[in-house]
Amino acid sequence: MAELAEVPARPPDAVLAQIAELRRIAIVPALNEEEAVGRVIDELRAFDPGFDIVVVDDGSTDRTAGIAADRGAHVLRLPFNLGIGGAVQTGYRYAFEHGYDIAVQVDGDGQHDPAQLPAILGPVVAGDADLCVGSRFASGTGYQSSFTRRMGIRLFAWVVSAVVRQKVTDTTSGFRAVNRKGIALFAADYPHDYPEVEATIMCVKHKLRLQEVPVEMRERAGGASSITALRSIYYMTKVLLAIFVGLFRRYAVPLEKEQRR
Amino acid sequence: MTPLPVSIASAVASFLLLVVVFELIRSRRLRERYALLWLLTGGVLLALSVWRDGLNTIASWFGVETYPPAILGAIGALFILMVLLHYSTVISRLSDQNTILAQRLALLEQQQREGVTEPSR
Repeated sequence: MAELAEVPARPPDAVLAQIAELRRIAIVPALNEEEAVGRVIDELRAFDPGFDIVVVDDGSTDRTAGIAADRGAHVLRLPFNLGIGGAVQTGYRYAFEHGYDIAVQVDGDGQHDPAQLPAILGPVVAGDADLCVGSRFASGTGYQSSFTRRMGIRLFAWVVSAVVRQKVTDTTSGFRAVNRKGIALFAADYPHDYPEVEATIMCVKHKLRLQEVPVEMRERAGGASSITALRSIYYMTKVLLAIFVGLFRRYAVPLEKEQRR
Repeated sequence: MTPLPVSIASAVASFLLLVVVFELIRSRRLRERYALLWLLTGGVLLALSVWRDGLNTIASWFGVETYPPAILGAIGALFILMVLLHYSTVISRLSDQNTILAQRLALLEQQQREGVTEPSR
């Protein structure tokens, strides 16, 4: 399995040239991010105007959807809050039904810098990975978070690495790129709340190739994180249970034709 | 002291509960978030069935000297009450969401029938 150290740095221009022919989409989940979502869209455009952008508004009560639509993004407005898992999957369903070749997922809160996308896209475009995740902890700089979150993240990194038999440092990162195979899988099946941990395992169980690349993340540009201390304990229990039960589950690879309606 | 047959029977019953819940999650008929309370219920009942001294201690706190297993029933009832209350909140949320969905659908159908374009924001 490919490890972090083996990933060669690809020059951004080379990646952009390689994806120029591909139908590509950026999925941006957003919940009450009116202060940040506009900048995220602008930065995505600045990185590569060829990306279609779909903002999934997970039941915001502010102007998130309006701002995104004004900037020319496609906006999927969920009628009520589905949670991050349901919101992200809506984006992948959109990407699947509209036949995109490649999708990147970028948080609507501004903590992911689209300028770092070449690193994440690189392995997917080169055909070395079906899913490539940007990891905050692979390089060890740039991002700090609360103690409980760090502990949780470390615990999950250890558990997930053991389950997938491959070193994974950041299981909670929503900054990633997938190819058509990954889009099809996530469109068909995506875990619920706090989904990135389970999604990582799901990918490997479906024989999709996973890679991590180091990225730096920024402080949130606005809004409030949806994770509080008490909820993170609940999520930790829930996700550990899901991982444990998942070990006893047989996975069926979804077929594209079954998903088309 | 709890009679041994009672301990064995309740241990087997709570273990079965755990197995059934596990299988329901595995076969994806029960979501993890709705299974947590059931697993807690099964776990606590199993622990108190096996750990007979513990059950006696708890029984004595409440002045139940004659028949400690009564406490097992009380704790079981308490947990079932918690699960039911939890489900009541879940049903309430679902019915709210159902209302929103029906309203959205009605608006969409009207829009499609009459070809009304969405007013600009």
